[in-house]
Order: sequence, then structure tokens, then C-alpha cells
Amino acid sequence: MDMSSGFSLLSIRPLVPELTMICTALILMLLDLIVKKKEVVAGVGIAGTLVALYGTLKLYGFSEPQAVFSDMFVLDGYSNFFRLIFYLNVILTICISLRYMVIEKASFGEYYALLIFATTGMMIMASASDLIVLYLGLELMALSTYILAGMMRKQPRSNEAALKYFFLGAFSSAFFLYGISLTYGLTGTTNLKDIAASLQALNITGNPMVFLGLIFMIVAFGFKIALAPFHMWAPDVYEGAPTSVTAFMSVGPKAAGFAVLGRVLFSAFGAMQVQWDSILIPLAIITMATGSIIALAQTNIKRMLAYSSIAHAGYMLLGIIAGTPGGLASTANYLMIYAIMNIGAFAVVIMLRREGFQGENLDDYMGLAKSHPVASALMLVFMFALTGIPPTAGFIGKFYVFMEVINAGYTYLAVIAVVFSVISAFFYLRVVMYMYMRDPREEVALTTSPSMNFVLAVTAVMILVIGVFPSVLLDLVKSSIPGLL
Amino acid sequence: MENIILNSLDYPILSWTVFLPLIGAVVLLFLKRADVIRWTSLGVTAATFVISLPLLSNFDKGTYKMQFVERYEWIPSWGINYFIGIDGISILFIFLTTILSILCVLVSWRAVETKIKEFHIAILTMEAGMLGVFVALDFFLFYLFWEAMLIPMFLLIGVWGGQNRVYAAIKFFLYTLVGSVLMLVGIVVLYFYGGRTLDILALSSMQYPVTLQYWLFIAFFAAFAVKVPMFPVHTWLPDAHTEAPTAGSVILAGVLIKMGAYGFLRFSMPMLPDATRFFMWPVLILSIVAIIYGALVCFAQKDFKRLIAYSSVSHMGFVTLGIFALNTQGLEGGILQMLNHGIVTGAMFLMIGMIYERTHTRVIADYGGFARLVPWYAGFFIILTLASIGLPSTNGFIGEFLIIFSAFKAKKLLGVFAATGIILGAGYMLRLYQNIFFEKANPDYETPGGHHPVWDLNAREVLTLIPLIVFIFWIGFYPNAFLSYMHASVQHLIEQVNQTAYAGQESLIAEYIREIF
Repeated sequence: MDMSSGFSLLSIRPLVPELTMICTALILMLLDLIVKKKEVVAGVGIAGTLVALYGTLKLYGFSEPQAVFSDMFVLDGYSNFFRLIFYLNVILTICISLRYMVIEKASFGEYYALLIFATTGMMIMASASDLIVLYLGLELMALSTYILAGMMRKQPRSNEAALKYFFLGAFSSAFFLYGISLTYGLTGTTNLKDIAASLQALNITGNPMVFLGLIFMIVAFGFKIALAPFHMWAPDVYEGAPTSVTAFMSVGPKAAGFAVLGRVLFSAFGAMQVQWDSILIPLAIITMATGSIIALAQTNIKRMLAYSSIAHAGYMLLGIIAGTPGGLASTANYLMIYAIMNIGAFAVVIMLRREGFQGENLDDYMGLAKSHPVASALMLVFMFALTGIPPTAGFIGKFYVFMEVINAGYTYLAVIAVVFSVISAFFYLRVVMYMYMRDPREEVALTTSPSMNFVLAVTAVMILVIGVFPSVLLDLVKSSIPGLL
Repeated sequence: MENIILNSLDYPILSWTVFLPLIGAVVLLFLKRADVIRWTSLGVTAATFVISLPLLSNFDKGTYKMQFVERYEWIPSWGINYFIGIDGISILFIFLTTILSILCVLVSWRAVETKIKEFHIAILTMEAGMLGVFVALDFFLFYLFWEAMLIPMFLLIGVWGGQNRVYAAIKFFLYTLVGSVLMLVGIVVLYFYGGRTLDILALSSMQYPVTLQYWLFIAFFAAFAVKVPMFPVHTWLPDAHTEAPTAGSVILAGVLIKMGAYGFLRFSMPMLPDATRFFMWPVLILSIVAIIYGALVCFAQKDFKRLIAYSSVSHMGFVTLGIFALNTQGLEGGILQMLNHGIVTGAMFLMIGMIYERTHTRVIADYGGFARLVPWYAGFFIILTLASIGLPSTNGFIGEFLIIFSAFKAKKLLGVFAATGIILGAGYMLRLYQNIFFEKANPDYETPGGHHPVWDLNAREVLTLIPLIVFIFWIGFYPNAFLSYMHASVQHLIEQVNQTAYAGQESLIAEYIREIF
């Protein structure tokens, strides 16, 4: 390790966005004591995120990856692209939370601070080039989301969600630590690049214990991104958590999980692609199957979206399986698009919630098109985007992933994936069907707010624009992820 | 190598044709009053038709090359272009689409009274999607239009359809989607074999390994056969056609199912010639089965609309029979028959819609004696019936004659079966006509005294039907006016199909199947 590049003021520069976020979170906690209006707290949170975003855009200019703190933290296009997903996720989540948390009687200032903390954790994860730093980021994100899931203190199902998420999450963290210790024991390092070098030098890529360590890590990441069979927590937690948190959780930790999965596999275990593919391919197939098929039986829309997010994790995994820079880019691209369309869909779900009305049942969507044509049309766009029908962005995401996985020679995986995407079409269509083809059972009033309208407009427009003119996003993701990490 | 003629008009005529309906749909978003919406929708469809007219006069019939071509970079990182143009195969479908769209708006004037705005937006988006499919020269662009069309069609059937509409809509959507996504995988495989391009012309001029061609043919076949629909994947069609609102049925029968056959012509045949010749016989046999089976099933139908829907299966069997006979007459007959079927069956669904507005029943047994009640209606309907049967002097005769001729040329037995299909067709159509217009009248519809007195066609309805009737006789008496557009392109297509990538690999199975006959 090069100790001369230890600590200097200059080396902080790549961390500016993270530091900004942490400061924002701390300010929010103090601000909450002084200011009564939660809108102000949320506004400051958004402002802080925007400052961090500005920093990231400034830092985007670096063509060469910047490694600091003895190569423990790396700032490169890859992590920057994921940062963009995290910023988008947190800003949109704050916007859809404002009214909703009041209705749920859980409008605490800490809520916004925790969202920022969790996002910081994700950012650290995306940049970690050392397993220990990775673990730090992971725990920061995980602990914040556990609390977020239990934000509605008075509701048993929210408590249940938090507890379940916590226990299983702790379990998965333990797996991760096992993985780290095995890897460390065999390679003598926790640095990703050094692991790769050590695997080559010691010629132990075929060692079953190395593989076991890798499997432990995949299990831990698989938990975060809700791969079957490590998905059991997802439906219950998604259903029990406040809907805005569900939206946040279904995007953020998943993206962060994929970011680290991609980095660890490509950068540390690149030489073992055959081995990890032998694990990931069955996982991807089981995940797509579980998500698509079980979602068919759901009557609660949050649970349905939970299974849908599991299915989407399966498609995203295909890009990693491809094992090429293009594959990784396609997964990152999919995550960005998924973030947009999923938060859009959850925004509509939240709109149905009002005082004394849960609005989470599919039945509640009956005849929505009659009373609320605009909201229904937007939901229609989100549902078709999640199905992957052109000209929505969802299609671009799927197409890119299929392209890369076919290019890598796994045509059969693409065939399996499209078959499951047809199966999944059914439950997305069912939402459209309920809205447009059923008569309303009772009058449904929507809870709107300017910030909510903003989210809906932004997500819907982005879905259509990316769907028709994908070049901007594609060029960005391709230039961000230029080669193997 | 460039087989294209750039658009020489001083405006992008094809882009205008395709996107005008879409612009119209966006405009409709901001309108409120029902009548304003209807008139705007009518105006947009009419304007689209007018704007596309110079295509006819400026079309060079002497070349197979793509004309009125527009090409711009679209997704450079994937090598995908916005690339559109038309040739002798696609030009007629543009007009079929633009004309039928106008009629769809007209026939829905009073038939659609709920969610009027959404309905017309759906119709206009449909139109844009259909036109896009026929002009796209980039596979990605094609797929975009091809799939995007599913959304408005799904809504048209599911929202404004009949009793069993939701079931029919979902069935339609899922059937088509399964086929399409398999094609998508095929497209991506082709993309990498073709050197990272999805340019249809470039892909057509390349040669692919035979085994790959077989797989790709199957993948494309999944999409196109479902759309046509060919036996045995036709089962979505009777439900969708029957449950769709009149305009939806007209679009489905008139244009949408032609896209499957168009896909064979544009993709499967020029790109995969060896596979096309390999799969020629299986497809021909499926076509014969569709012709005979579709016709026989018609005899068992109690529902007016369902009968016509099943007759589409039979008629589209003729189309695929002609196309896959792989000779000039067959291809031209097939293409013309697509047009004919669009006109005749489109008109029939229009007429069924009109009478349904009056009687609110589709059960054939509820009708009877209508020739006396609605003589004008009966008069128009007999023209359609005869055209559907293929009586000389109507368009049906020309198309079916060419197809049977080509079938005889390919194998005599095929011609015999195809001709049997025509006889069966005459059987069920005439029986239908007899049951509805002759025999004893249902007292419910008698005037006066009945519960639902029926009235004859009004001016708007006659106006809706006249253009199609004109085409029936125009094609019937002077088919060359239409066939002349396709000669060059069809000739080129035949040449493409007959080029063998790998000589001496004439398949054993194809030989074997030929032996059986």
C-alpha cells in the first residue's frame, strides 16, 4: 500500500459530495429542533442534495479515476453515475413524502436526515474500493433504512417491517463479514485491486474457499438487491414501511447493491467470472421467475410492486452476468430508468392515500380513469414502462440489457427473460385494466400537492423522453463506465 | 449498394404522414367539447390522407428501391437511425391505413359516447403507429411502432368493447407480446451478426449461416404468425375482433393483421431466404389448414361478428398461401388480397357496427327479413358478401384468382385445397346473408310495433361505405392500377428469396415434404 498518499487536504476533494451530504444531514437534525415547519427541513435537505449534485457534476470531469485514502475510496465515472441515481432517488422521495408523512402522522424531521444519511451510505458503497469501506457504507445505509421502515411508530405493520428488515439485514451483514474474512484470510488484503492481484499471484482462483468467500458476499448483496431466494423480506417490508420509504428502498439500496456487486465482481474477482456466473445465472432465472409469477397473485399494490422489483432485479442481473463493460453499463442504465419509473408508480400509489383511506388495494383503482383521468394516464405510462413496452424508457432499459447478454453469448437467458417479462405484463396490465375498464366502486379522492405534481411530471416526461431519445442517457452511461473497473 | 431514393419533395412527406396523427392526438388532450374533439379527429385523419396523396403521384413504379427516404442519426451509440421510406409493397398499405382511419372516426361518431377524448386519442395514436410500421426501414424503429401500437389497441378493445372485452383485450395483448418479444431477441441476434446495424436494407443484403437463419425465422415467425394470425395461434383473433368496438374491429381486421404478412415480406423473406425456402412447406400447410378450418368454423357461429372474425382467419390463410408460394403471382396476389381483405372485411365490420347500433344484438338468430326493413343496408351488404366470396368483377376475385393460380403452380393439390376454401366461403357467407336479410323477420324490429324499430342507413353511414365500395369495383375491374405499384418490388423480392447463401444445402425435409404431395 502506498502510504505516502495518505492524508492530505487535497485528498478530500473527491469526498466533497459525501461530506456535503453528511453536513446536510447533521444540519437537518439541528434544524428540526428550531423550525416547526417540516417543509423547511425538507427544502434544506433538497438544497443540500443539489449542492452535492453540483459537486459531483464538477468532479465528473475527471477522466482518470481518483483513488484516495490509500486506495480505499475511489472516485470514477462508475460511482458518479450511481451517485446521480442516488440524488434523483432522494430528491424525488423527499418530494413525495411531504404530504404523505403528515397523513401518516409520522412527520418527523429525522425522517429527512435519515434519508440523507442512507443516501450517503449508498454513495460511499458505490465508491468503496476496499471491503472495509464498503462495509461502512453498507451499514450506514442499512441502519438508516431500518429506522425509516419503522417510521410509523404507532402502526404494528411498520414496526414489523422494521424489525424484520433489521434482523434479516443483520444476518446478511454477518454473511458479508464472513465473506470478507475468508477473502482476507486467503489473499491477505481487503483492497479490491489487491485481491485481484493476489488471486493471480497465488494462483488460487480455483480454490473452493475463495469461491465460498465470494458466495457469502453474493448472498449479502443478493439480500440488499432482493434476489430470490434472499428476497423473503422484501414483500413484507415494502408493504409495512411508509410508502415513500418503500419507494426509496426499492430504488436506493438496490442500486447501491448493484453498484458494489458490479465493482466487487469485476474489479476483485474478474478472473473468476466463470465461477460467479455459475451462481448468478440460476439466481437471475429464479429471481425473474419468483418476481413475475408471485406478483400475479397479489392484491395489494405495494406487495405487487415489491415482487415487480424482485423481477426487475433479475433483469438487471443479466448485465452483470454478461461480464463485459457494456453489460455493466446496461445494468447501470437499467437502474437509472428503473428509479424513475418506480418512483413515479409509487407517487401515484401515495396519492391514493388519504385520511382514513389506505388506498393500497388493487380494488381501490377501479374506475380511477373516470374520476382522475390525468393520474390514471400517468399510472398507465408507469405501468407500461415497467412492462417494458416502447416508446417508454422501460423498453430502452430492457433492450440494452438483452443486447449485452446476447452479445456475451447467453441468448437463452434473453429468451427466458422475455418470457418472464410477458408474464409480468399481466399484473401491470391488471392495474391499467382496473383503472380503465372497471366501474368505480366508490368515489376516490386523490391527495395532491405541488411537490407531488412535480415528481409525477418529471418522472413521466423523463420516461417518454428517454424512451424516444435514449441517446443522452446512453452516452452518459457509456462514457461513465468506459472499461473494466 | 444504396438501394434508396432520397425524398425529393421539399418537405419530409413521410414524417408528416406518420406524425400528423400523433400531433393531432396531443392537440386533442387540450380539447373539451365532444363535438370539437370529433371534428378535430376527423380533420386530422382527413389531413393525413391528403398529405399522403403526393406519394401516389410522385411514386416511381419502375424501381424496387426505397423512395421518399429520410434518414437521420438517432441513437448513434447503437448505430440506430431514424430511417423511413416506402416501396411498392408498403405504399398501398399507407393508403389503406389513412382511409380506414377516416372511416373509423366517422363510424364512431355516435357509437362512442363515453370517454370520447381518450377514444379519439387512441385512434390517432393507432394510426401513427400503423403508418410507422409500414414506413420504418430500421428494425429498431419498426419494433418501436410495432409494440407501441399494442397500448392504444389494448385500450380500444378493453375500454370501449363489448361484454367480454377485458378478457379479449388481455388475451390480445399477451398473445401479441409473446410473439413480439421473441422477435426482439431475434432482432438483437441479427444486430450482432449484421455488424451492429439494424438498417433493414443492409441486413437484407447480407447472408447469414443457414442454422442461424432457421432460428431467426422461427423467432420472427412467432411475432408475425401471431399477428396474421395463422393457425394454430389464431385464437386471440375471434375474441378481439368480436369484443372490440366497431372502429377497433376495422383497424384490427383492416390493417393490424396485415402487419404480420407485411413482416414476412419485409423481414423474413429478404433477410432469411434459405430459411424461407426451408419453411415454405410447413407454412403453406398451415395456410391451407387455416383456410379450411377457418371456413368450417364459420358455419358453426351464432354470432354475426364472430363469424366475420373467423372468416378473417380463412382469408388470411389465402394471403400467407400466396406469399409463401414464392412466385410472382402468389406474392402480388397475396399483397392485393391483404388490401382486399382490409377493404371488404373492414367494410363488413363497419356495417355490423351500424346495424348493432340499431338492434343491440349480434346473435344471427335475432335477425331475419332485414332486406325488407333496411333495403339500402341489404344492398350494400350483398356487395360486400359477393366481394368476400370472390365474385368476378369484385376485388376478391382478382386476389383469390392470383393466389390459387400460384398455388397450382407450386403444387396442384394446394390449388385444390385453396379452391375448396373459396367454395366453403361462398357457403357460409351466403347462408349468413340468407339468415339475416331473408326468411321471417323478427317482430321486435318491425316498424311499427316493435321494441327496437330499425331505420335504414343515414347519409353519414353511406358516406362511410362509399369509398370502400368504389375500391371493391376499382380493383375488381382494373387491378393493374394497384398491381403496377408492386411489380418492381415483388420482382426484386423474388430475386432475393431465390438467392442461396449456401449452395447444396437444399433441405432434406423440404424435399421430403414435397415428396408427400
